[in-house]
Amino acid sequence: MAHYTHVLRSVAVGATALALSSFSLMHAALAASTIKLGSVLSITGPASFLGDPEDKTLKMYVDKINAAGGVDGQKIELVVYDDGGDANKARTFATRLVEDDKVVAMIGGSTTGTTMAMIPVFEEAQIPFISFAGAVEIIDPVRKYVFKTPHTDKMACEKIFENIKARKFTKVAMISGTDGFGSSMRAQCLKVAPNYGVSIVAEETYGPRDSDMTAQLTKIKNTAGVEAVVNPGFGQGPAIVTRNYAQLGMSSTPLYQSHGVASKSFIELAGPAAEGVRLPAAALLVADKLPDNDPQKKVVTDYKKTYEDATKQPVSTFGGHAYDGLYILIDAMKRAKSTDPKKVRDEIETTKGFVGTGGIVTMSPTDHLGLDLSAFRMLEVKNGDWTLVQPGS
Amino acid sequence: MSELLQFLISGLTVGAVYALVALGFTLVYHAADVVNFAQGEFVMLGGMVTVFAYAAGVPLPLAALLAVIVAVVVGLLLYWLAIAPARGASAVSLIIITIGASILLRGAAQIVFDKQFHKLPAFSGDAPIHLFGAVIQPQSLWVLGGAALVVLTLYYVMERTLIGKAVVATAANRLAARLVGVNVATVMALAFGGSAAIGAIAGILITPITLTSYDVGTLLALKGFAAAMLGGMGNPLGAVIGGLFLGLLESFGAGYVSSTYKDAIAFIVILAVLFVAPQGLVGRRKVERV
Amino acid sequence: MLNLLGRRSVILIVLAVMMAVLPLLFPSSYYFRVASLVWVSALAAIGLNILMGKAGQVSLGHAGFFGIGAYAVAIGPAHLGLNALLAVLVGALLSAVLAFLVGRPILRLKGHYLAIATLGLGVLVAMVITTESGWTGGPDGMPVPKLSLFGWRVSGSTTWYWITAGLLLIGTWFALNLDDTPTGRAFRALHDSEVAARTAGVHVERFKLQAFVIAAVYASVAGSALAMMNGFVNPDQAGFLHSVELVTMVVLGGLGSIVGSIVGAAVLVVLPQLLTVFQDYEHFLLGLIIIVSMIFMRDGMVPMLAKLARRARS
Repeated sequence: MAHYTHVLRSVAVGATALALSSFSLMHAALAASTIKLGSVLSITGPASFLGDPEDKTLKMYVDKINAAGGVDGQKIELVVYDDGGDANKARTFATRLVEDDKVVAMIGGSTTGTTMAMIPVFEEAQIPFISFAGAVEIIDPVRKYVFKTPHTDKMACEKIFENIKARKFTKVAMISGTDGFGSSMRAQCLKVAPNYGVSIVAEETYGPRDSDMTAQLTKIKNTAGVEAVVNPGFGQGPAIVTRNYAQLGMSSTPLYQSHGVASKSFIELAGPAAEGVRLPAAALLVADKLPDNDPQKKVVTDYKKTYEDATKQPVSTFGGHAYDGLYILIDAMKRAKSTDPKKVRDEIETTKGFVGTGGIVTMSPTDHLGLDLSAFRMLEVKNGDWTLVQPGS
Repeated sequence: MSELLQFLISGLTVGAVYALVALGFTLVYHAADVVNFAQGEFVMLGGMVTVFAYAAGVPLPLAALLAVIVAVVVGLLLYWLAIAPARGASAVSLIIITIGASILLRGAAQIVFDKQFHKLPAFSGDAPIHLFGAVIQPQSLWVLGGAALVVLTLYYVMERTLIGKAVVATAANRLAARLVGVNVATVMALAFGGSAAIGAIAGILITPITLTSYDVGTLLALKGFAAAMLGGMGNPLGAVIGGLFLGLLESFGAGYVSSTYKDAIAFIVILAVLFVAPQGLVGRRKVERV
Repeated sequence: MLNLLGRRSVILIVLAVMMAVLPLLFPSSYYFRVASLVWVSALAAIGLNILMGKAGQVSLGHAGFFGIGAYAVAIGPAHLGLNALLAVLVGALLSAVLAFLVGRPILRLKGHYLAIATLGLGVLVAMVITTESGWTGGPDGMPVPKLSLFGWRVSGSTTWYWITAGLLLIGTWFALNLDDTPTGRAFRALHDSEVAARTAGVHVERFKLQAFVIAAVYASVAGSALAMMNGFVNPDQAGFLHSVELVTMVVLGGLGSIVGSIVGAAVLVVLPQLLTVFQDYEHFLLGLIIIVSMIFMRDGMVPMLAKLARRARS
């Protein structure tokens, strides 16, 4: 026993020394003239399919920018923390970025929950914060230092209902995830549905980790008059919904998914059941099918190739949000010819005609997102791949 | 009627998985007096190893076998490296060790594999079977059949073989078992290996239906633990009944009451059952020795 | 000195001195934030330790009470126009009443059955919080108005450092004093053996219930403090994983050791911050450290160190 405790003590001392020395090393590296950018992402945990590609994208492109000489001769130093999807942890890391790492700007925040928790920290410190999370409440009302790159869930609902209206459907059923993404989008959809003459005739939910949605779908199936089904949700849930949907023989009723599943892996997971499913998503998913004169063509094909070559995983729009956030920030820094957070913030707000993976971004003091509905494309799964839906069908 | 049948099928399929996880809990608890919160990670290993081996070109049956072997090895290592050295520690200390193990295994899985969701093809196709207006996925039959086979095998081993008798003896009285020549350490190692195999089998069978990722284990451990307690901890029959009961509760709850509160319904019933039968549905009273 | 003041006073004085000196070493307010998190978690852990370590009853749903306290200070002012301090009290009262009502049937259960029943209770609380989004903001949580004391708006990491430190001191003082009351002695008897305690004339049910209610109030107050400090709440704080984290703090530090709970909380809050340098290996190492510490310090860190110290002295 005494022997063990001795070993343990030396291990403990060693570990402490190691931790301390790596800390001081990090501080030493600070001294050099670099631009320090911070990021807090949900790299693990239930939202890891958002945070993981975002993390990879940021690291990949920061290396690329540095290899090409950096921003105005200054190298970028990126500090990334993993909040595991936990808002309380995100809040602590946000404080750490501001107070300890002294970053000049923040890009990240994978989920709405973590973003909302971090907003007060950056607002107070007056450091620009570009979030990769979905909900409209992040930028509405506008906060001086907070921006975001993905389309809002409200826009996704509008895009879906626009298409439903074009197909002359009025009775719609909804099945939503009870996670942050699902319930926020559900609320937005319920709000905008009347604008398109759509009434929600059946409503079901499922837990973020549920493995079988047959019971809920059976109830929708037995509701009379349902003309289309909308599934606000992200993660693996929508893939299971889609599979159960096909198994129950409901495929003759159109199924709409959300931008929360906008990755090739959704088609892989759902398999043949995904055929005919529609969803609003960024041009990135159909990079190679865009006409050559599409302004986004070059950006999205380049990003897709870079990401897929480096990670060997199918591209998702989530990593694209990180790409957009990084380059909006870098462009703003170049225009400001400075890394002063206040000047950079002012320049981010004047972003005009920025071509990103999510769309063409033009921000203003009243619009910290800068995308409109045209940035969304309505896609349909055909033969195991995304295709663009022709307008009016 | 078809609706009821549909809820029944979906409840039994999910319940069978809970039952297998609960069985793993029970086996380890029975033999080693440890509540192993890393049980869900065995399910994850079963699914993930099969997925990656299959993707690497290994035929499905071999990939599945490999997954079971990997899980058993991990189970044995868990016993030898973490549980056995802590012999004599209090029950709650052992629980914390298994929670640590669960964090560690998840951490290792995200490094070795990745953080994406993965699927497996259904073992005998996706063409649904229609029965009185309800729809059955062929994979559901695999899950139910596989679970039944595991339960029967376990029953046979426990009741009819020497190893099983050693496990039962160890569970009843560790000292007495040692006195009659049972190698208690081996029995405990076997229990860990066996529960890992059961968990991995559950993971392999269910992945074609539910998909898998490095962190599916947490929720399954929670549900499996609930099922084991519902049935009466330490009783294999109770684990099976508890698991199926929990699955049915969820599916009927979602179908007839509210999908939003279906998990709440399940836990309210569990609480109610425990208030009426404090030792679970088929548990026996234990007398505290002073 | 030791004999003159007694063990309890020494612990309190050392703790207070440490709280006063630590800020001198902090290079930035990020450290204040981490330290405040330690104080808040320690407060909840001490409460749970009274239940687990002293009265010998497990709770795997304790974050439920933490969540009730946290949401009380969010919902109270936002929806009911309550004063924030009053909301803290309402939260604590609500937790106490809930603990009292469900405690009676739940605490009849033993060992792992008690664990699953408390787990169910915690899950139910978290589920209500997640689902009733009209009141709670749903899974994404809701903002908490800044605490305002007599016209002074409380904010900033430093301010919260002192407030949480003060709360922890009070909590520690109460827990330490409990040891010497008849209640404390009854708890210890319970912990050793319920049957023996009953035979010796201890009203077992009543004392178990008392411990449960006390633990619930500790967690609720800690939850309120964290929510006001963060300026937001979300359902994770009431969730199963947070419950497990609290139990781990208690056991890692040492069952029954009040100082242990503070140490346990410090380890589990600070360790993930240190491990970020290992990036992908963070969770792997966290699990490894928990396993290794429990194997080598099976009674918990503080009791183990105390034993070593005693052995060294003799």
